[in-house]
Amino acid sequence: MTNYRIQGATGEWEVVIGLEVHAQVTSNAKLFSGASTAFGAEPNTQVSLVDAAMPGMLPVPNRECIRQAVRTGMAIEAQINKWSRFDRKNYFYADLPQGYQISQLYHPIVGEGSLTIDADEKAGIPEDKVIGIERIHVEQDAGKLMHDQHPTMSYVDLNRTGVALMEIVSKPDMTSPAEAGAYVRKLRSILRYVGSCDGNMEEGSMRADVNVSVRKVGDTELGTRTETKNVNSVRFVMQVIEFEANRQVDVLEEGGSIDQETRLFDPGTGTTRTMRSKEDAHDYRYFPDPDLLPLELEDDFIEECKASLPELPDAKRARYENELGLTPYNARELTAEVETFARFETLLAETANALGKDEKKVATPVANWALSVAPGVIKSLGDEADASHATAARQAAILKMQDAGEISGGQAKEIFEIVLKEGREPDEIADTEGLKQVSDTGAIEAAIDAIIAANGDKVEEYRGGKDKLFGFFVGQTMKAMQGKANPAVVNQILKGKLG
Amino acid sequence: MSVTREEVAKIAQLARIRMGEEDLDHLVPEFNNILTWVEQLGEVDTSGVEPMTAVIPQELRLRDDVIDADPKTGGGRQDDVLANAPVAEHGFYGVPKVIE
Repeated sequence: MTNYRIQGATGEWEVVIGLEVHAQVTSNAKLFSGASTAFGAEPNTQVSLVDAAMPGMLPVPNRECIRQAVRTGMAIEAQINKWSRFDRKNYFYADLPQGYQISQLYHPIVGEGSLTIDADEKAGIPEDKVIGIERIHVEQDAGKLMHDQHPTMSYVDLNRTGVALMEIVSKPDMTSPAEAGAYVRKLRSILRYVGSCDGNMEEGSMRADVNVSVRKVGDTELGTRTETKNVNSVRFVMQVIEFEANRQVDVLEEGGSIDQETRLFDPGTGTTRTMRSKEDAHDYRYFPDPDLLPLELEDDFIEECKASLPELPDAKRARYENELGLTPYNARELTAEVETFARFETLLAETANALGKDEKKVATPVANWALSVAPGVIKSLGDEADASHATAARQAAILKMQDAGEISGGQAKEIFEIVLKEGREPDEIADTEGLKQVSDTGAIEAAIDAIIAANGDKVEEYRGGKDKLFGFFVGQTMKAMQGKANPAVVNQILKGKLG
Repeated sequence: MSVTREEVAKIAQLARIRMGEEDLDHLVPEFNNILTWVEQLGEVDTSGVEPMTAVIPQELRLRDDVIDADPKTGGGRQDDVLANAPVAEHGFYGVPKVIE
């Protein structure tokens, strides 16, 4: 259990949080028409007569949107409803030409499921926690209103009207801002693995309605909740909860009561305020859409959805730890984002292939390279780095030389720098720029002989039991070799000569 | 079940249908006639009967995920969709200012 508590004048309060996440489904065309879903087009150029609700136009569902909702449901291990239905949610607003949103109230396509948020001691999540998901339904997005372009008018762009959304409704299972933040991040990760939503919160592809209520610690009844609409970042979700929970505690402790209401978040101030709306705003008069027959899923359709699911974050992370032998930290970092694991897996395959070794054998050095060495070099170069030069083949070539003892860790970084700046091949760089370790025992032996001859006293001390001096001899040898000697070879020869 | 004059007026308001007092005079009894009839239908025992969703047995058709495959249901017709708008500027519909 989380220990997130609000200290009030009358005692301790706990917070109960549920999230409704709207995720835009990745598809070429809209949910019920053939108009494009691409972001950023000229206003009203991606509006069909169906989206504009011209009389007589009929909706026909897009198979891909249905498929992505089903695959998402499978990824959260939810019940898939083979029979679902579309309903009309009636309200009158300028961003909704139909006068109703086609949604699924009574029979959603996906039923109960869950996801697991990962333990994060620092954030106050002591252990992994399962968050229940109530349902996922498919619905239409609304258009966009612009209020600041004209003194007396609002401008309406219907390009987004009719784009498919999944509404993913959690159970009220979260009890701290950190848990809610972890939930949104995990959900986003799953959606991006599945490929059903790009998870781009800046472009509004994912936004959350945040339901918050408070109660005295120990109470079992839920308090009255408020719903803060359209929150579009993880940080803002956490801010909304923090602010709402404290506001509600203040109201209740002063003897007031919480109205079940819709609120708006102001990112500028980090506060929420009541949406000025009419009493009947929630009188949606839902009824089954007579333009659409029930949606019945065939077995082979469901089978294809299942077969096309990729390895999901939790499974991948477990495999990285158990089969590749990576540390829990590395496994978590590498599996958090689709781009990160994709790059890692490509480089891992390339490196294993270059070395003729099993992936397991090279996973740890490749993970360290991918997570810390390579990003460090890229960051230090800033604008000088051209990431397109850093192909998997070139990075694997560097790792191969390092594995063979031909180059040191420092030389690997230097070679990678030149790769990033100039796009040259690592083998050629190592040769041309003299970035290779000397493993030639003759040269190293000569250097060591000279050092032993010049430091007779230290040799005696070492032989007399002062083991720490070994480091001195290594240092001297490396210095004499200008840092290019293979340390393993140096150690071996020194041990032999010092006896 | 029956509805009051106020309820009918409210439903009309929600649907943005202007309704005068005279309209309400005949609509309220009409609504209540319909409701009485539906109530009568409710007396039939339909337990165990599958709900009928279409008169002719048919399945919901789905479309392929293709942009503008059919010009009638595709986009790229800004002029057409704006043609009936009382105000259209810079490619947008113009409506009286609405701010929550």
